[in-house]
Amino acid sequence: MRVLAAMSGGVDSAVAAARAVAAGHDVTGVHLALARNPQTYRTGARGCCTLEDSRDARRAADVIGIPFYVWDMADRFHEDVVDDFVAEYAAGRTPNPCLRCNEKIKFAAVLDRAVALGFDAVVTGHHARLGADGLLRRSVDLAKDQSYVLAVLTREQLDRSIFPLGDSTKAQVRAEAAERGLAVADKPDSHDICFIADGDTRGFLAGRLGEAPGDVVDASTGAVVGSHSGAYAYTVGQRRGLHLDRPAADGRPRYVLSITPKTNTVTVGPAEALDVSDVHAVRPVWTGGARPDAPVECEVQLRAHGDVVPATVALDGDRLHAELRRPVRGVAAGQAVVAYRPDPAGDVVLGSATITG
Amino acid sequence: MLDEALEAYVATAREVGNASSLHAAGRRARRRVEESRERVAAVLGARPSEVIFTGGGTESDNLAVKGIFWARRAARPDRRRVVSSAVEHHAVLDAVDWLAQHEGAEVGWLPVDAVGRLDPQTLRAELDAHADQVAVVTAMWANNEVGTVQPVAELAAVAAEHGVPFHTDAIQAVGQVPVDFGASGVAALTVTGHKLGGPTGVGALLLARDVPATPLLHGGGQERDIRSGTLDTAGIVAFAVAVETAVKGQQEYAARVAALRDDLIERVRQAVPEVIYNGDPTDRLPGNAHFSFPGCEGDALLLLLDAQGIACSTGSACSAGVAQPSHVLLAMGADDDRARSSLRFTVGHTSTQADIDALIAALPAAVDRARRAAALRTPR
Repeated sequence: MRVLAAMSGGVDSAVAAARAVAAGHDVTGVHLALARNPQTYRTGARGCCTLEDSRDARRAADVIGIPFYVWDMADRFHEDVVDDFVAEYAAGRTPNPCLRCNEKIKFAAVLDRAVALGFDAVVTGHHARLGADGLLRRSVDLAKDQSYVLAVLTREQLDRSIFPLGDSTKAQVRAEAAERGLAVADKPDSHDICFIADGDTRGFLAGRLGEAPGDVVDASTGAVVGSHSGAYAYTVGQRRGLHLDRPAADGRPRYVLSITPKTNTVTVGPAEALDVSDVHAVRPVWTGGARPDAPVECEVQLRAHGDVVPATVALDGDRLHAELRRPVRGVAAGQAVVAYRPDPAGDVVLGSATITG
Repeated sequence: MLDEALEAYVATAREVGNASSLHAAGRRARRRVEESRERVAAVLGARPSEVIFTGGGTESDNLAVKGIFWARRAARPDRRRVVSSAVEHHAVLDAVDWLAQHEGAEVGWLPVDAVGRLDPQTLRAELDAHADQVAVVTAMWANNEVGTVQPVAELAAVAAEHGVPFHTDAIQAVGQVPVDFGASGVAALTVTGHKLGGPTGVGALLLARDVPATPLLHGGGQERDIRSGTLDTAGIVAFAVAVETAVKGQQEYAARVAALRDDLIERVRQAVPEVIYNGDPTDRLPGNAHFSFPGCEGDALLLLLDAQGIACSTGSACSAGVAQPSHVLLAMGADDDRARSSLRFTVGHTSTQADIDALIAALPAAVDRARRAAALRTPR
């Protein structure tokens, strides 16, 4: 097959591209330039988006022996990921930009362009399994598993995707990179959000949305117990950084229960008020077989690297409802609910949807 | 590298000797350098003392633009205007920009017409208004992207009338079109090795004796005290061989590649009728063909043709490797889309009719695919 390897400059995508070559594909490497000004994005060798990363990706392509180009996706990335990120926080939700980038950039804008240019598929270094059966499964390396942020992909997108790393642990990937002479073998993992250079999400949002002082309100009494400089900076389930003026009557810690953009209010309350047993979500994607007519017994995960709980999942038009077997704390709107079917060969992604409440 | 240049390089590199040393080995190296200086001067219409060897084109351009600016401003502090065309190579463009950012230079950017040509009347108007304040004028001999050859002698004459030194970046021109330093009337001229079959990292600035220039590099005082640094004897010898070979072979070479290039243009037009041919149709580099392919992105076309073994170029890329719309095409009045849809094909020493056949065989399908890919793009 003629395949396009998305190369971030990190070790995973470099090894993925090398494995695609070893598997006999005709591979072309592409680095996605996502920053409008590369200097403003995260610096240092920690992930994607910087000049160092572009250079690292190019060197890896040299070593692997494949053609290499840089594609300018900065405008698309800005509109579909960065602006969306800000808008979601402004609306009181908690977005996952990596998921959005997969959905809108890597497996949409990039994949579409690749197909138009005559490529058959896109190869990435995501840690997830996608076998001949077309099912997306968790990586063998559960600590590095990225199936949660890939579950948003549709059947059409998965059919044109190749994830060569799903059967390997991160340690194996690094060892292989070293064997192949790839200089990125020891490059630190990327984490945090690539377009927030210093990791200060709150500061980034304040810069975009401005200061918007408002009240922090106790859920049970309705009393104002503190103030904030922007409700968008809070996430459901958050405990730290509330700076409440008055302690709760019972002296127990309080958590963010909800964010109401309309009134610019952050509502706080005790931990147990965070317990959620019913999760409502929209825009479901179902790739683990035919879309079910009846409720499905499965497991759900409600945020990246979050706990997995047994649940009954039902689809109804553009909506998904998950009834959890045991309550989960801190379910944030804007995150994805991903349904898995437990499987010894790797838990299978059944589907996903965006949580509304 | 040309075989002759490579052989001269290797033979000289085997010899020991610093051209600045006074002992026998040093004298031998010195002799090689001076013979090379004479060879370069002879074929480019300069006097040997006007040849300053440098580390290549970028250095020569920086030395000319900054060096003449500094020297003439030092003589008269109100003389701090730099005049440049809008289509210069970045080695000039960015040097001029740097002077504006860091040295308080004022810049007169001269516009070009739709084929990228700088009208001598445009320069005349600028100098009529500002000649007293102008430290240096710089305009390239031939454009590296669209191939347009500038009326350098006319431009230099206008500058001379106003008593302002005129520098030209002739990197693209030497060996491609006739270049005569003395006859052209320019005060300074940049030439570099790797564009004409010589080594990379060796070039020269031809600088008239009466034109002052402040050095970029200070040290041992080599090259008229204008360019310090131990001379790269082997590189200079190979450079001189390459310059001489290129200039002596220029006419025959130009006739041969122009015929191939004209065939390429004709057949590209037949294969893709809506193509736009950029640059001056007559006054242009013999091997240069430059097109805009409406509805395509140049970098998509490049990828597709590269996969078929056909090398071509888009404008330039930023440091991260992102293709940028060419400032040359924008200066010629092209919009962003047309600038991004552009591609340059260069016919050179090793090009054959078979290469052009291969391009024409691959081009229609590549254009078709690139168009489909571009249709997906969100509007800017």
